[in-house]
Formats: sequence, structure tokens, C-alpha cells
Amino acid sequence: MSRLLDVENLTLDFDTDEGRITAVDDVSFSLEAGEIMGLVGESGSGKSVTAKALMKLNASNAIYGQNTKITLNLADGPVDIMSLRTAKELQVVRGGAISMIFQEPMASFAPAITIGAQMVEQLLIHTSMSAIKAQEVSIEMLNRVGISDASTRFKQYAFELSGGMRQRAMIAMALSTNPKLLIADEPTTALDVTIQAQVIDLMKDLVKDFGMGIVFITHDLGVIAQTADTVAVMYLGRVVEKGPVRQVIGNPSHPYTQGLIQALPRLDDLDSPLTPIPGDIPSPLERPNGCVFNTRCSRFLGPQCSVTIPEFTPISHDHMVACHIYQQDQKGT
Amino acid sequence: MKRDTLISATDVSVHYPINGGKLFGPKPVVRAVENVTLNITKGSFFGLVGESGSGKTTLGRAMLKAAPITSGIVNFNDGEVNYSLSNMDAKELKDYRARSQLIFQDPYAALSPRMTVRDIIAEPLEIMKLTSSREETDRRVREIATKCRLNLEHLRRFPHAFSGGQRQRISIARALVSEPKFVVADESVAALDVSIQADVLNLLKEIQQEMGLTFLFISHDLSVVAHICDHVAVMYFGRLVETAPTRELFNNPSHPYTKALLSAIPSLDPDAKNLAQKLEGEIPSPTNPPPGCKFQTRCPHAIDICRRDEPQLEKIGEEHDVACHRWQELM
Repeated sequence: MSRLLDVENLTLDFDTDEGRITAVDDVSFSLEAGEIMGLVGESGSGKSVTAKALMKLNASNAIYGQNTKITLNLADGPVDIMSLRTAKELQVVRGGAISMIFQEPMASFAPAITIGAQMVEQLLIHTSMSAIKAQEVSIEMLNRVGISDASTRFKQYAFELSGGMRQRAMIAMALSTNPKLLIADEPTTALDVTIQAQVIDLMKDLVKDFGMGIVFITHDLGVIAQTADTVAVMYLGRVVEKGPVRQVIGNPSHPYTQGLIQALPRLDDLDSPLTPIPGDIPSPLERPNGCVFNTRCSRFLGPQCSVTIPEFTPISHDHMVACHIYQQDQKGT
Repeated sequence: MKRDTLISATDVSVHYPINGGKLFGPKPVVRAVENVTLNITKGSFFGLVGESGSGKTTLGRAMLKAAPITSGIVNFNDGEVNYSLSNMDAKELKDYRARSQLIFQDPYAALSPRMTVRDIIAEPLEIMKLTSSREETDRRVREIATKCRLNLEHLRRFPHAFSGGQRQRISIARALVSEPKFVVADESVAALDVSIQADVLNLLKEIQQEMGLTFLFISHDLSVVAHICDHVAVMYFGRLVETAPTRELFNNPSHPYTKALLSAIPSLDPDAKNLAQKLEGEIPSPTNPPPGCKFQTRCPHAIDICRRDEPQLEKIGEEHDVACHRWQELM
């Protein structure tokens, strides 16, 4: 495998009427080609904003940090995404090397243009294909994602397709430009479990066939366990724990990760009580000092948690946690 | 009807007319709910599960008399009154509105952005004229807000100031302020984050026990239903395909659809990957129902009889019914 994406010290503020809010704070991660990375967290944790930053898709009031560096390694050399300024320059990544699929497929297709016309349009923009070739490629892609009778579907509108079908069409559209990186923002959240299972399978197959990397955003740890190779858990704009999915879920070491797992209803133990994480995620205007999770943490240690930002500590190879409690427990034993 | 049943549906169908068909021929209909029979015991937490398009919401609404009942009987008996829903006069209907309530899915869409939390919660009392003075209304609002763990100082604020979990608590308070006996919760936690979902589920369970409520809990998420409900009914294409006490259903699922739903829930164990029993395809179009068993188009076990005859619910255990020709062979 080769390194596809490097995100270093991603910091992102938004200038709003109510003041400057920090949406992402010093986030670093990397992704290999052919790997699925899960980005997990509650709403408001900054996972979508992080993903959008990879294409500089955030609103114009976004202010990127000085040390932010995002590098995408393509066949003809690395691309420094932060240095891209104009819409024309950004076309290299937007819809070119990076594609994105969204949660609500109904809202992502234009309602009055056929699915096919939308697929052809983006191919004409991003590749040098002829219109006829683009149509062939699109129909082939619809076939590939398991849409039966693709040439009929090609001529239909989004409302004529069911939810699962629309999400498949969305995936087909995102993949037809042959991106190196796919960002999937809650792609299965709006779907039924049976359809969700089908879409997850499809995405795993596609990674194998196309060898691209996927950043998979979701709030459902179960979905992550079934799809991702590595996972980063985000809370209030910071990554609090990251590593291979087996280790993070098998041995969750940050109180927030533990809380997320305990809150999940489990089928193998119907008697286990559901334990919510106490409190709500704080408003971004009232970002806690020190560890961002300290206001809700059940094992709050005192000043060190509320003053100092914890550093990443390795637990095992690649599995890292940013927590004072973990560090103290390690010293104690 | 059993003695301790609060609300029961007997052979209930809900059909909606659609456009099309011959000019003078019979109007085509969509059979959203077809011959459903179920009993909900007083004080129970009854789960109704199925994919989108299975008719679970329509059935829930029919039991609130918020959807037209085409045929069949819904009977409500809480000890004080006894109503047959398709046969109520205006006064009875008004009274039934106070005794039955609905909690919606999306707490962002369900609350008016122009009303304060106090006004939102007080509205049912005012509309149904259940209180005689403003003081009494305020007292009831404060009582229910406390029960739903809302901060009383927040009653003067508007909904935009609240997070999803808090908004859902406001919608719960609004549904419960009229002191209903029967509450339909339609996907009430589907839009929430897992940690908030756990909090809201715990709250519902607590309140249910405290106020002696009966819940019809509609959800597509079997893992949520498993944790909160006593009894579960699984719907597919407008029909009940299996119903059983929760534990029995999860230990001993007998309909292929129930089994598929169970195995489709993503497990936290990354190694459980290949256990999932994959369900191909999607729920068929309601305007073009398949013959025989409605699940046969997706069922991996379908044989000739499934394509010909529609299976009826049969009793296979204590309170455990299933509608499948082959349940015995597939055990």
C-alpha cells in the first residue's frame, strides 16, 4: 500500500456573528490507498467539517490554521491542497481526485435533471471523454453498483428511484471520474438496516476493485466495525483516540470512546442497561479548556484535565489515545 | 378482547386510493395496512418494526384515528371509557385525543420555532381545554417538564436554543402533558446520536413506569426495540409477519424476514462480518404487489407454495405467531 493522504495539524475556525468558533483543532491523520478510515463522533464533533476541508469545501468564513498541511499523493506527484486557491485549481481535487457522497441522496441530485445527464455532465467537466463515451461509462458504472436495468435508470429522475437505489446511483456518480479518495459522509444513516448492509458490502467491494481510499464518516460504531480498517474518534473538533478498528473497539481507552460503546444497544446482551454519556456536547462558543471532554467525563481528575490539553500516548502500535487518565493509570501500574 | 388489553386491532386494513385504473372501473388502491390483528396490553411497551414502506407508521396512526381505517375494528378500553375508533362521535373523539398521543421522529421539525417551550408544552392543554386557569396550566407544564428532566428556567426560551436531545424531551413533555394512556412513539430516537438516544430511551422507560403508560414504539432499529420493548411485532408490506415477546423473538426468530433484519444490524465485532444473512433487493412497489407471500421476492427460501398462497399468522408458541409456510423446516 502507498500513502494516499496526509493531514497534518488541521485547524479550522469559523468567523461567525457570535464570535470566532473553533470547529477543528489540531487534527492529524493519514490514509493509505485501498484503506477505509472511519471518522466517528456525535453531531457537532467536527467530522463533516474535517472531511470537507480535504477539498476546501467549507464556507467562505472558514479560517485555516497557519500550520495546516494537507497533502494528497497522486500518480503525478503530491498536491498541497492548502495552496490551491481558485475554483479552477481546486477542480484537481473537487470531483477530480476526490469525490464525495452525502447522507441524503434525494437532496444531492438535482430533481429536474435525469440521473444520466448529471453523471455525464461531471464526466465532461473532469475528463476529456466524448459525450457518447461518457454515457457508456455512466451506464457501466450504474451496472457495477448493482442497479438493474441501468440504461432505463439512466434516463430517470431521482424521485423515481427508491432510497437505496438513489444512494447506489450517488456512489456510481462519485466513482465514475475514478477518484483516488472517496469521502462518504454518513452514507447509510438514512437507509434501512437491510439496505445499509447492501451499501456497506458494495463499498467494501469497490475499495478492493478500484484501490482508492475512503474516509467514512458516521456516528454508528457498529457500521465502523463492519467497514473500516482504521478509526479516529472525534469530539468537539479534536481526535481523542485513533488506531486500527479492532483495537479501538476491542480496547477503547478514552472515556468518550468507552461512553459511545456503552450507549450502543447491544443484541448479544439484552439485559445490559443503556448508559448515556452524561450532559450534552457543549456549544462551540463555550469550548472547554484543557481536555475538550472534561465537562462530561465521569473520571475527571481535576486541574490537569481542565487546564492542559492531553498529548497522544501510544497504547500499542498505531493505537493512540489523548487522555490524562490513561497516562496516570499507566504510571500507577 | 382480553381483559388487560388497552387497545386492540382486529383485521385492520388501511387502503389509500391512487390515480390510474380504468375510467369507470374500480379505483386502484394502495394497501398500506392489510388485515392486521394485534393486542397491546395495558402498561406494556409494544414495539413495531419494519423497513420504510412496511406500513408501521400508517398502522400507528390508524390506532390514533389519524389515518382512515378502511375495514376492521380498533378498540380502546382504559377502564374508564370504551371506544371503537371507527365509530366515535365528535365528543368521544375529542376525549380520545387527550387519551392518546403521538411523539414524532424529528425534534427539529416537530416544534414551532416561534413558540416558547412553555407555550409548546401548554398548547395541548389549551386546545383541549383540560385546565380551568392559567395557573393550573402553568403548574401542569412545570410538573411534566420536571418529569422530562427539562430545566424550568428554559421554559421561556425558544426551541432553536436546544440540542436534539433536549428538543426530543420537549416533544415528549408536550405529548404527555394531557396525561394520555396510550402513546405512539414514531421513530422517536432515530434522528438522535447514540449517547442521546440512550438517554431518551431511558427517560421513556422511566416515565412509562411512573405514569403507567402504554407505548406503541415504532422503529426500524431492532437493537433499540430489543432493549426497550416487552413485545415486538414485525411488519412487512403492510402485513404482520411475526409477533412475540421480545426475548422469544430474539432468541427464536422464525420468519426469514425477522432473521434477515436481525443479521443486518452491524455488529461491534469486526470478525462477525460474514455471519450476516444478506437480503437482496428492496421492498416491492405497493402498487404492484407480488402474488402469494409478500416476502417471496426477497426470501432465499421461497418455493412454489410461497409464490402461490399467502401464509396466515399461526401460533407457534406462547404468544408467538408467525406467517410463513416453511417456518418449521427452517428452524
